[in-house]
Amino acid sequence: MIPPLTRPKRKNPMLRTRQALLPPRARSRAALGLTAAAALGRFELQVCSDCDAVQYPPREACHRCLSDRLRWRGQTGLGELLSTTTVHHSHDPFFRERVPWKLGMVRLDVGPTLVVHLHSGCAPPPSRVRVDARLDKSGQGVLLAFPIDEVPNMADDRQLREMTCDPKFRKVLVTDGKTSVGQAVARAVIDAGADLVWVGYAEPWKLVPGLAELGALPQVTLLPLDLSDSRSVKQTAAEIGGKVDILINTAEVHRTEGIASRNGVETARSEMDVNYFGLLRLAQEFGPAMRSRGADGQSSATAWVNLLSIYALCNYPAHGTFSASKAAALSLSQCLRAEMRQGGVRVINVFPGPIDDEWNQALPPPKLSAGSLAKAVIKALKDGVEDVYPGDVAQEWLARWQDSPKVLEREVSL
Amino acid sequence: MVQSRENSAVSGVGARDYRDLALVAPVTVPYVRYSIRNAHWFVAQALSRLLKASKLDKSDIDGLSVGSFTLAPDTAIGLTQHLGLTVRWLDHVPLGGACGVVALRRALRAVQAGDADVVACIGADTNHVDSFRESLGSFSVFARDAVFPYGSGGPNASFAFLTSYYMRTFGATREDFGKLCVAQRDNALGYRHALFKKPLTLDEYLDARPIADPIRLFDCVMPCAGAEAFLVMTRQRAQALGLPYVSVRSTCERHNAFPDDPIQMRGGWVLDRDRLYGAAGVEPSDIDFVQTYDDYPVMSVIQLEDLGFCEKGEGAEFVRRHTFTTDGSFPINTSGGQLSVGQAGCAAGFLGLVESIRQLTGQNLARSVPEARLGMAVGFGMITYDRGLCSGAAILSGGQA
Amino acid sequence: MVASTLISLAADLASRRIRVVDLTQTLAPEFPPIVLPPEFGQCLPFRIEEVSRYDERGPAWYWNNFSCGEHTGTHFDAPVHWVSGRDLPNNATDTIPVQELVGAACVIDCSQEVSADPDFLLTTDHVLRWESVHGRIAPRAWVLMRTDWSKRTDPVAYQNYDATGQHTPGPAAEVVRFLIEERDVVGFGSEAIGTDAGQGYHLKPPYPCHYYMHGAGRYGLQCLANLDLLPPTGAVIFCAPLKIRNGSGSPIRALALVPA
Repeated sequence: MIPPLTRPKRKNPMLRTRQALLPPRARSRAALGLTAAAALGRFELQVCSDCDAVQYPPREACHRCLSDRLRWRGQTGLGELLSTTTVHHSHDPFFRERVPWKLGMVRLDVGPTLVVHLHSGCAPPPSRVRVDARLDKSGQGVLLAFPIDEVPNMADDRQLREMTCDPKFRKVLVTDGKTSVGQAVARAVIDAGADLVWVGYAEPWKLVPGLAELGALPQVTLLPLDLSDSRSVKQTAAEIGGKVDILINTAEVHRTEGIASRNGVETARSEMDVNYFGLLRLAQEFGPAMRSRGADGQSSATAWVNLLSIYALCNYPAHGTFSASKAAALSLSQCLRAEMRQGGVRVINVFPGPIDDEWNQALPPPKLSAGSLAKAVIKALKDGVEDVYPGDVAQEWLARWQDSPKVLEREVSL
Repeated sequence: MVQSRENSAVSGVGARDYRDLALVAPVTVPYVRYSIRNAHWFVAQALSRLLKASKLDKSDIDGLSVGSFTLAPDTAIGLTQHLGLTVRWLDHVPLGGACGVVALRRALRAVQAGDADVVACIGADTNHVDSFRESLGSFSVFARDAVFPYGSGGPNASFAFLTSYYMRTFGATREDFGKLCVAQRDNALGYRHALFKKPLTLDEYLDARPIADPIRLFDCVMPCAGAEAFLVMTRQRAQALGLPYVSVRSTCERHNAFPDDPIQMRGGWVLDRDRLYGAAGVEPSDIDFVQTYDDYPVMSVIQLEDLGFCEKGEGAEFVRRHTFTTDGSFPINTSGGQLSVGQAGCAAGFLGLVESIRQLTGQNLARSVPEARLGMAVGFGMITYDRGLCSGAAILSGGQA
Repeated sequence: MVASTLISLAADLASRRIRVVDLTQTLAPEFPPIVLPPEFGQCLPFRIEEVSRYDERGPAWYWNNFSCGEHTGTHFDAPVHWVSGRDLPNNATDTIPVQELVGAACVIDCSQEVSADPDFLLTTDHVLRWESVHGRIAPRAWVLMRTDWSKRTDPVAYQNYDATGQHTPGPAAEVVRFLIEERDVVGFGSEAIGTDAGQGYHLKPPYPCHYYMHGAGRYGLQCLANLDLLPPTGAVIFCAPLKIRNGSGSPIRALALVPA
């Protein structure tokens, strides 16, 4: 029986904050393929294109026929739990302070034997389990064995929580609550059990529907936050930065201009000032405190979510300057991810296709509703993934981009 | 001695025995828990003691085989200049618990072929306070990618899985493994170089600090610093030097046996035991003592099964039937094994061979097995992922063949 | 004689018989900028980024870079700012004759009316009633509409938006024409975010103060403060914009000389 998570007690301010240690990070290049798939929420193993043998641990040549044509393929993860152990003593500092820690040895139906983290809901061996991949606190792919059937309080498993960013009992900052997306995200985070949601808003004189109602919810505190204003970001961070467990950056400026369609750089500049420089300001002001709280008890700082766009991968010329600003934000978020890793804080990038809002009015469906986008953000937090492509358009864009970025560039600009 | 017919039938064309070869000068550099010295110091100490025991000059050593994990960034070649050795045969065998048997096999053929006259076989490692932890992350690519990130640190989890599976499948109990450990501790109390000096009771074994269920403290070896060594030469040379010597009746080695077994319940000895006994012309019942490679007691039990002393799955029953002290019905690890002596890195791969040479030539530093004529030393190790890849064994006889 | 006027002016300033009053809002990021519908280009709000502060970026000094629009904060509008003034000579901040940038101020108090109605429009009647007490507005004087709007320190109240747009006071179309044609004023000043009323779009012509003033080569002042510290007449104001080439306006330090 997995005990359900309970609200943690108030932190004792006299005690030193526990530093975030990380599980072992080193991986060979081949093994990073597992990490890359886990970042997208997928469990993949190398499969030989010549003889179909499944490989684990990851390697350079097929263990059966020596072919080097090994391709990463999605796995069901079904297999038999052969044996388990509970580690009581570890030389590794991260695990040393987290023992007892359960591990399992699983024989996958497709062949390989895996050493895995063991979800406590698994029945003792011999039993059927389902192996899946997650990112651990170092941001590296690891394998977990889950029970075949759902058990109560699955997500509250202590070991699984070290790899996920569940909003339950946590405090969240949503940087812009004036948009439909921002409001949907704030509400979704509350439904997922967040204790407190700060919702930022800029230009207070510009009234928008929904903000006041959102502010009336008991968990919500509205606060002025203008990502184009360094002082505003600094001030907000000074007030609440030490408490933010999850930061969801929904603020963006979205205009529908290319290069020739608009005279002057003013519009593009305002997009960059929020979409790129706004992220930089947030990262400078909120990053250090979150990094230092990565292991701060049950409600530790755990995730930073950026609302990007599929146009960050490949420019959409009709929204050309917007695309470029999102591409700049994507690059910067990779820098942020590297810096936040020391604190065990996950940086999650969301790449939606066109959202069903006023700036995408001219685009034909399918478009992503704010509610669907918010759901995808919550799922990403609960799964602890890094890269999210919510909705059909985003999934197809990703598939085309992974297949050939140059072909996609042409398809988009035809 | 006539070459056994089984020998060539099983092993193919031209397998040769070791009739004119000898092992002399069993040497131990006393173990310490931690040392500030480098591995090179322990190798040098072993080499000095080999020379002292054999009364040879350094210039007489024209072959060198070294097993070590802590020489980096050096390998055996660095030692030649470091120690002022000029050799015409050189081998580096970083194979942990199997390096003794593997080094022996290489050195025997070198001397037999005339590629070297006197080969020094040395297993040596140092142990600094942070050596073990530091080494774990860089032991193998697979360990780094697929074991280390899971937190057990080293092979403890892999052997916990194995032990648990073995117990569940074959009905072995912790008391069975404890019996082996207690007996080995008893043997160790009679060995001057053992690091463990206190007796061990079964209750202490059962109630010890848990490491990774079902493995507890006394199922695990204690890493330390030290060295073990011997010389390989022709029998003629050994006799000319007046040195007590041991003959090698047969050896075997196998790597990555049974890769499709979901979990390791057997080692390569299953494939090689017929040839091992056939070439030696003996049966398991002729063996007077076995130095198993006891990194965990479950592996000793598996070795007993795979080397034909009992059937697969009957190891626990075998343990219950026998006693394993030097005066027991089936002496195992007569100086205490690495579980009670300590594991000095690759030296542990030589521990069993060196103790076998002592038992068979009456140069005991531990209690002697009465009338020991035939002994077996087993090699095992290199858990690069979830199982020990190396297996090996040597059957030795004392005095005249 | 003029020389002695200046000498005694300097002496009066030094002895504080003449005081300098600051008519300027502090430039800070929170100060609301004029906001246009999202499809249009926007005037930048005031933003400031620290360059160094006695630290590794500059050990012995503190300085900032700032950015803003020409029409951010307390600012000056030049005739070139509006379509009706685009072709006039000397119509930009660098070409406006500087003689025009110091002048007499006529302060018309509408604060009572505005507190009752934020959309209050100044009419010719109001001006005539004011003149009946304080005298005729002299040529090339500034007319400053005192509304005490600058006392609204909350940015939301200062902007005063609702779903129908902004609600701030300003002049009616006819009084602007009157001030230009009948009184030859040099410019019009407001405490609110625009010289035109917040609902000025709906007047005829839209934004009549901008339209007529700039069309006649006259100027505008916005976001003024402390007009309540000025006498209805007798103050002299300084309102020079930065000398930006082809500039349409700039933030200024608006100052007034008043008797102590």
